[in-house]
Amino acid sequence: MSSAGLTAAAMAAALRRGEVTPQELLADARAQVSRLDSSLNAFLALTDDLADRQAERATEMLRDDRLGAGPLCGIPVALKDVLCVEGYPTTAGSRILENFRPPYTATAVQRLLDGGAVPVGKTNCDEFAMGSSTENSAYGPVGNPWDVERVPGGSSGGSAAAVGAGMVPISYGTDTGGSIRQPASLCGVVGFKPTYGRVSRYGLIAFASSLDQVGPFAHTVEDAAVAYAAVAGNDPRDSTSVIDAVEDPLSALRDGVRGMRLGVPREYMGDGLEAGVRERVTEAIRVLEELGATVEEVSLPSTELGLSTYYIIAPAECSSNLARYDGVRFGMRVERPSLTETYLRTRDQGFGNEVKRRVMLGTYALSSGYYDAYYRRAQKVRTVIAREFDTVFETVDALVCPTSPKVAFTTGAIQDPVEMYLNDALTIPVNLAGLPGISLPCGFSDELPVGLQVIAPRLQDARVFRVAAAYEAATEWHRHRAPLVAA
Amino acid sequence: MTAPAAVDTGYEVVIGLEVHAQLLTRSKMFCSCSAAYTTAPPNSNTCPVCLGLPGALPVINRQAVEMTVRTALALNCEIPPFTKFDRKNYFYPDLPKGYQISQFDLPLSQDGHLEFDVDGVRTRCGITRVHLEEDTGTMHHAGDVLQEATSSLVDLNRCGVPLMEIVGEPDLRSADAAREYLVRLRQILVYIGVNDGNLEEGSLRCDANVSLRARGATELGTKVEVKNMNSFRAVHHAITFEIERQAAVLDGGGTLVQETRGWVEARGATVSQRSKEMAHDYRYFPEPDLPPLQLGRDLVESIRAAIPELPEARAARFSSQYGLSAYDAAVLTGVRAEADTYEALVGAGVSAKVAANWQMGDVAALANEHHVALADSGLGVGGLAALLALVESGAINGSTAKELLSELYVVGGDPAALVTERGLGQVGDQAQLAAVVAEVIEANPKACADFRGGREAALQSLVGQVMKATRGRADARMVTTLLRERLSG
Amino acid sequence: MPLDPVEVAHVALLARLGLDGEERRHLGADLDRILDHVSALQRADISDVPETAQVGTLVNVWREDVPAGSLSQEQALANAPDTDGEYFKVGAIQE
Repeated sequence: MSSAGLTAAAMAAALRRGEVTPQELLADARAQVSRLDSSLNAFLALTDDLADRQAERATEMLRDDRLGAGPLCGIPVALKDVLCVEGYPTTAGSRILENFRPPYTATAVQRLLDGGAVPVGKTNCDEFAMGSSTENSAYGPVGNPWDVERVPGGSSGGSAAAVGAGMVPISYGTDTGGSIRQPASLCGVVGFKPTYGRVSRYGLIAFASSLDQVGPFAHTVEDAAVAYAAVAGNDPRDSTSVIDAVEDPLSALRDGVRGMRLGVPREYMGDGLEAGVRERVTEAIRVLEELGATVEEVSLPSTELGLSTYYIIAPAECSSNLARYDGVRFGMRVERPSLTETYLRTRDQGFGNEVKRRVMLGTYALSSGYYDAYYRRAQKVRTVIAREFDTVFETVDALVCPTSPKVAFTTGAIQDPVEMYLNDALTIPVNLAGLPGISLPCGFSDELPVGLQVIAPRLQDARVFRVAAAYEAATEWHRHRAPLVAA
Repeated sequence: MTAPAAVDTGYEVVIGLEVHAQLLTRSKMFCSCSAAYTTAPPNSNTCPVCLGLPGALPVINRQAVEMTVRTALALNCEIPPFTKFDRKNYFYPDLPKGYQISQFDLPLSQDGHLEFDVDGVRTRCGITRVHLEEDTGTMHHAGDVLQEATSSLVDLNRCGVPLMEIVGEPDLRSADAAREYLVRLRQILVYIGVNDGNLEEGSLRCDANVSLRARGATELGTKVEVKNMNSFRAVHHAITFEIERQAAVLDGGGTLVQETRGWVEARGATVSQRSKEMAHDYRYFPEPDLPPLQLGRDLVESIRAAIPELPEARAARFSSQYGLSAYDAAVLTGVRAEADTYEALVGAGVSAKVAANWQMGDVAALANEHHVALADSGLGVGGLAALLALVESGAINGSTAKELLSELYVVGGDPAALVTERGLGQVGDQAQLAAVVAEVIEANPKACADFRGGREAALQSLVGQVMKATRGRADARMVTTLLRERLSG
Repeated sequence: MPLDPVEVAHVALLARLGLDGEERRHLGADLDRILDHVSALQRADISDVPETAQVGTLVNVWREDVPAGSLSQEQALANAPDTDGEYFKVGAIQE
């Protein structure tokens, strides 16, 4: 019987009981990919040799306690293709990096490898992590496991779909403005964005440096917590990495929410929500109340400025981060006699439209004469937004709200970039303030998953898991699997 | 080629110098690659960070920060409590990330000054700021002329080496002043151990901003940036040329173009470097990958306390403490290692004047000849001190000492032992010398007569005869005294 | 306020994006729309508010000056589109 669709916890237990081997889990994962990926396109490449070697290693580690087996030892995982893996193509979903093979491995990935995890492959994503539907990938869109004609969300659509389709129990994505939480919501899985700085960005192809974070997808909150802990912690190679030790997210996981104060930001429950989303989230909040939390409405007045702030800061940083893609030392080069022409042609052909849009926007916002009006101003509004969260957290312990204003939409349905940006309105402010946030399933609307978002103060990642775990334990959504998971 | 004499063009000359100095750290500014890149094969001294690979992140080198603060303090700058790095964005193949991590509006230090003498006149030049950034890679262009090369080769070994930028106020008023500023600045940088002072090889680089204005005017004229000056002489010549060029343009009623010009040694002229000046919009913004620096008072003061005595102060102390002339003190403190050597000699018991004379004279000549300083030579400071002790005690005379110094400089040895072994001791026994003097007087009647007749030089030849007779070991002063006595009786 | 096409061309050059006329028009229009939306920022009250360049309270994050290994020349050049075996090679630089 295939292990496809099982949680990592269940797989880990089976491994320890000797009921299954890492090689068998890997084979099941590969079979599931083989069966489903032609219609989902979640994977860009399989890291076969590495996976086989890691399965070997995991077998050794499970036999010998001294070898440092991590909690994901022997577990198949998938990695968003913005995470460098030495010797394997890492494309960031872009043509400009089509054959780029990094000579080094990202810290987060190395920690997984050191603990015996088995990386099955690199997942598809919006080009350079810019997008909310994975339609901006240069390698084709990804299907939503619940309805392959619909988007899985983005930019980590491939990683979300890989878990949602039962290919792997754990995958890793990145979240800059919602790119883990929103696809998790649309694919009916758990997706966690850590406090900014909790997980090393060394080896993560940068989009917006002050906003990017690596985080896990999983079927359950506990799995997500384990997957987070497996990669979290200070990295001397990342100067923005938090120095304080990581609080174990499992220690208080089952403490429940009795006596906790939860806030619902009124600006997050506004008119932009689909009716079904509003209903499911409202029900979910009621469940938390029944579990003993006190729930009150709070206000984050600058929420509506979040989108504008983000769409100045993120493009500004990315316009600089993407300057290195010039065809000189790696990646695609469109050769022309002069250097300048080479730059112009290479970047015009190598980058897709959304990337060009953001690079143009960012360049403009930083350019002489506009810096004060756009970039500097946006960084100040960012402070205002962050302070509003601080104020609200003086009266409540965590926030609960929807993740995405809508359920999964049809591929191709949204052509207007601004309309696409609105998908991140409820997730962006969390990145601007550097807070931890999670999305977990809270029901369906028109048979499509709806996600509940939980947000906590900076460095209170454990608290996010605790609130989410309490809701999850009182409901059955985490047991649901997309129909295509089973044969 | 001697420096052209300064021409008074009738305008006021305004010069500001911008100096870039590679720091003597062991590793690069933002990664752990070695900073000693010059002998490495091309592109063999890089890593994902300095190669600008996707996903790589910078980490600040603490020693580079410390050296920059040290420099800023030595240049009398203020160290603000908060400083940060910024990205300077532009495209060029020797800049892998497409931006340079530098400092824009909140640099490590500001508002300092440097004092030096120009033709004996005390001069002060303001230092606008000293900040920290990373160096770029290097490029070789096929053929020799950039404008005609069809391809270029990029070497990123140098990319990421820590670079300190020292911006001087436009307070310099002549090419001489510019040169003296640079000489003094370089001396200080080498003294405090942050830079090797090598203008020729480019670990120290100087650009000059030169403009002219009417005397008494307050507004600045059109500024021209002059680059590619690889020696003090080049700096002087280039600036002199530029002043005259600008004056000629203005005198002819023309207008000057704000541009960058390169000094071409072979032509003795500055040449415009940009056919079309492409305005750079660097789009500076704070580096999001690096948290800011807050340099507390304790840290700054501990760095200040570790700064060695600077050259001017040391020269002044040498004058007063050792009774040396200003000139001698300046020579002996020009290079810190030399000053250390001098003080070690005096510390070992050699008298101040003797140590000074020998160090500036014979020792300097030998150091030059053998390309090794006394402190690193076979003889060493201790050996010289022992040798000079023999001179000061009268055990050997000056010329014996010179010979021994020359012999022992490279290979080393025990001077006292050699003196005994070879019987080189000075003959200072008056009775012994008196006998030789008498013989020489008898054998040289003409010289004696000449001396008595008023020719001093004749005495020298008699002294020479005595030295010859004693195989150079006589105490020359005593001989001279004895000869005078005998001949004037 | 619509962006001047000259300005769009200038920004594209700054960003080294070789856009053709069609692309410049489309991207210019997109930028217009986005900047319109973003203009909401102009109304925010930000007097006396400092900028957040980074969230968090980290300061003085640095490393000791200890050299460590580098990539080999081969590794450094491995992904390069054009080399001469030792150097990265690029086309004519016309200043």
